[in-house]
Amino acid sequence: MHVNRLVPTLFILIAAAGAVRTPASEPRLGQPVAAPARTVRVAAASDLKFALDEAISRLKRLDASIEVEAAYGSSGNFHAQLRQHAPFDLYLSADAVYPRDLVRSGIGLERDLFTYAVGRLVVWVPHRSTLPIERDHLRTLVGARRVAIANPRHAPYGRAAEAALRREGIWNQIQPRLVLGENIAQTAQFVQSGAADVGLVAKSLVVAPAMAGAGRYWEIPAHEHAPLVQGGLVLPWASSREAALRVRDYLLSVEGRKLLQAFGFGLPDDSSRLSASPGESSPRAWSREPKVN
Amino acid sequence: MDWTAVALTLKLAACTTVVLGVFGLPLAYWLATTRRAWRPLVDAAVAVPLLLPPTVLGFYFLMSTGPETLVGRLYERLAGGTIPFSFAGVLAASVLYNLPFAVRPFAAGFGAVDPRLVEAARCLGASPARAFMRVMLPLSWPSVLTGLVLAFAHTVGEFGVVLMVGGNIPGVTRTIALSIYDDVQALDYAGANEASLLLLVFAVAVLTLTYGLQRRVVPL
Repeated sequence: MHVNRLVPTLFILIAAAGAVRTPASEPRLGQPVAAPARTVRVAAASDLKFALDEAISRLKRLDASIEVEAAYGSSGNFHAQLRQHAPFDLYLSADAVYPRDLVRSGIGLERDLFTYAVGRLVVWVPHRSTLPIERDHLRTLVGARRVAIANPRHAPYGRAAEAALRREGIWNQIQPRLVLGENIAQTAQFVQSGAADVGLVAKSLVVAPAMAGAGRYWEIPAHEHAPLVQGGLVLPWASSREAALRVRDYLLSVEGRKLLQAFGFGLPDDSSRLSASPGESSPRAWSREPKVN
Repeated sequence: MDWTAVALTLKLAACTTVVLGVFGLPLAYWLATTRRAWRPLVDAAVAVPLLLPPTVLGFYFLMSTGPETLVGRLYERLAGGTIPFSFAGVLAASVLYNLPFAVRPFAAGFGAVDPRLVEAARCLGASPARAFMRVMLPLSWPSVLTGLVLAFAHTVGEFGVVLMVGGNIPGVTRTIALSIYDDVQALDYAGANEASLLLLVFAVAVLTLTYGLQRRVVPL
């Protein structure tokens, strides 16, 4: 009896509370309204974690009206999500293949493709390790029990690692001892936790302040593998196209490029146009398709 | 389709189910019959993987079993090699993660059996093990089977824990869930679709079987 009456009463109370609150929260006429901050949501490759965080805070100082929200993850995951129109404004992939594929499948314009950095691969060991990477370089891996690399099947750093190991002629020897990280950050984490002895990881991760004190690295010369050209795309459904372009332009500016270099990235020969049709631009980098085993 | 991954997944699920059967049944029996004050704590420990994301379990597992840790050093001395990135490591993590899926149905089944029946068997001279095997198990087998089926099925569908501690090694730790993930990452949507469909059909079949079994039990 009481309960039966209570429920409609509660509904009426809630409705009344809502009716009272709604007009109060709306801006009243005549009040000054602050300029709306334009938010740029960035889907960023995990090797950008430290560099992009720094870039965002510097950009914020230059232009306070732009709010950048970065989500870090696997470029391939973002690619699959963006094909389903995930609500990001800017895509910063670790591989130029992914944004180009989006444009080919009808998402985004060719003129919104760009390249912004070249990833560098290093051999990395924690401080406690006695592996002589400074002396033996890639050969060091022969004496390791577990070697962590990113998955060569889909991670660009993994492909580069495989290429470098093959070039050194130790791929077959190392292969049984490989553990594969889902992305380059997880690969670094496998080594940091001690579960793997040594890893081939992104220089951008190991020179960042958060990890610089944790280990030693040796940089694999760029000619040992195909260049890890990182590409991006301004998405056609960006809520503020102008703000998204502003973020892109900052990364391609002199200051942005310096910052990327300081965080262990190389720079693409021609910052920044990336073509959707293979054969233009730098064919060596673009013609790599994700391999299917 | 990555048949190596399918075979490995079935092997992992079968081993997880066997381990949970061997250790989970006595644990569940204890939980169902004990009056100790700290039983709720054990209950909570068993059920906690239900609430935790697999990343938490995977992260702690990775951190606590590395070669620098006590557990890791002990394992290396006894078995050689490391716990993470090995089949044994993935199995151990999988057993922990699936504990509630097996032990909770077991314990619910045992709890529903009239304790007087077991006591009567004991009074008639049956040993505790014999009373368990001849009275308890026959009366609660649908719940036990449900627990085993759920543990098996849930291991087949497991992803996060294996991703965190496995290292994606073909034939050792690359399960079908990881293989699908790799397919998607490599833009091989056709391959991902094939394996996903297989898993979907499997999951529906297992759940139908489980609900079919539950209908035959006294409603819990």
